[in-house]
Amino acid sequence: MSLDTTRIAYATIVRKEVSRFMRIWQQTLMPPVITTSLYFVIFGNLIGPRIGSMEGFRYMDFIVPGLILMSVITNAYSNVSSSFFGAKFQRSIEELQVSPTPNWVILAGYVTGGMVRGLLVGLVVTIVALMFSRLRLHSVPVALSVILLTAMLFSLAGFINGLFARNFDDVSIIPTFVLTPLIYLGGVFYTINLLPPFWQTVSHVNPILYMINGFRYGFIGISDIGLGLSFAIAVTFIVVLFGASLYLLERGYGIRD
Amino acid sequence: MTAALSIENLEKRYANGVEALKGISLEVRDGDFFGLLGKNGAGKSTAIGIICSLINKTRGKVRIFGIDIDRDFPGAKACLGVVPQEMNFSVFETPLQIVLNQAGYYGIPRRIAAERAERYLKHLDLWDKRNGISRELSGGMKRRLMIARALMHEPSLLILDEPTAGVDIEIRRSMWEFIRSINNVGTTIILTTHYLEEAESLCRNIAIIDEGEIVENTSTRQLLSKLQREVYVLDLQKPLRELPEFGRGRWRLTDPTTLEVDISKEQGLNGVFRQLNAREIRVQSMRNKSNRLEQLFLDTVNREERRES
Repeated sequence: MSLDTTRIAYATIVRKEVSRFMRIWQQTLMPPVITTSLYFVIFGNLIGPRIGSMEGFRYMDFIVPGLILMSVITNAYSNVSSSFFGAKFQRSIEELQVSPTPNWVILAGYVTGGMVRGLLVGLVVTIVALMFSRLRLHSVPVALSVILLTAMLFSLAGFINGLFARNFDDVSIIPTFVLTPLIYLGGVFYTINLLPPFWQTVSHVNPILYMINGFRYGFIGISDIGLGLSFAIAVTFIVVLFGASLYLLERGYGIRD
Repeated sequence: MTAALSIENLEKRYANGVEALKGISLEVRDGDFFGLLGKNGAGKSTAIGIICSLINKTRGKVRIFGIDIDRDFPGAKACLGVVPQEMNFSVFETPLQIVLNQAGYYGIPRRIAAERAERYLKHLDLWDKRNGISRELSGGMKRRLMIARALMHEPSLLILDEPTAGVDIEIRRSMWEFIRSINNVGTTIILTTHYLEEAESLCRNIAIIDEGEIVENTSTRQLLSKLQREVYVLDLQKPLRELPEFGRGRWRLTDPTTLEVDISKEQGLNGVFRQLNAREIRVQSMRNKSNRLEQLFLDTVNREERRES
């Protein structure tokens, strides 16, 4: 395929993915907004004042970056895993398989679709957060690059989940039993400096910790982790997951006998 | 002249050990209307799945217009359009979205895709339904939608896997005309079907696949010339109480006004009518009991089964 035809194929997949989640916006965009609004009300307004400050910041201001990133992670992931599995289930993935679209374009298209949904939900949650918190941005480039890398990373992870999934349960198991615990233990609601040394060390195994702290740095200028390490971890995971996804696609894992 | 499709020693062994294809070889000429026939599970869909990259082959070569799928699968796929046996589009999308997206996957600009979408959806009587949800289309409409979708990139080779299954006779006939018109402008067509009258009417060449092997591969005319016997059903003017004594041929009285007779190729119909006239039996109408190709297909497949046993 020439560069131009590749661009058209990529744009088609992205358009299809975006129109898919926009068509069912009540299921894709509204729930995270309601969930994070409840977090803001309960943890920020009701419990937050009793906690006081965290690392010198109002508790509400401390948790906002983590909550935004949480919605980005879950939505980017679930968009790609459910959309790709849905295409497998309905066999509409065959439309792409029989076409000359290269596998890397298929992957890029689905990942972009997941990123768009994650970032759109993140934007809406940020707007909601403005009602509860005085948002400020310490470093726009850091915040933007962390949120983009995170959306990409979890879209790729969702793609692999979609490839392996054989039924609808397989699509929900990883978010429920792996992703959610990792997010909650990744420092959304606390700084790991509060933890005993042993659990601080254990927390460093959690990749989400690096992203949340990187994003928090972009907002309020503090992080439990070095910024360079946050970026290095995100980029490393992206490279590994992209390579793994492409390898599985080339082999036809889960989509070709 | 380069063949539209060339298959050499194609083998497929599934993970469960089932040998779906046992080294088949096949060539389909450019511009041909080719029928690939076989019982359920004979290996037709496996072969098609390999050609269009839905199934990994175990061994063998596949070339589409000379392009080896192992070397340049995207290049080969660009020449290929597929109408699968089962529905494989998102039922939540509209017919227009489905065909436009398919064009996009082949890198066709939106403006050209929109023109083609209108042309093919109109040809296939789907234009009025273009903005409805595909889930709400009838079975026949869904099949026509898959044909429109497969034509969006104007492929040189079109594979139709049971395209008229479950479609009523009127729509089936109009689909035949449409498929014929596509073939007439130079598109090579490979058709699999369970309606053997469809294959007899449309295909110039036919291959019969049985248990993963090609057991016949010739022109439709030559294939039909191999038919050794045909069964005719005769509707009689007056009822008969019992089967009279006839000479050659196998006769059966299925009810008082219906006679069936097996006629061999060398026997011909004149002899049959002579025998009937001699006994003053008048025939009101006559028809083939089964389609000629159907009879031949059953003979071929049964012969292979007998040979194996």
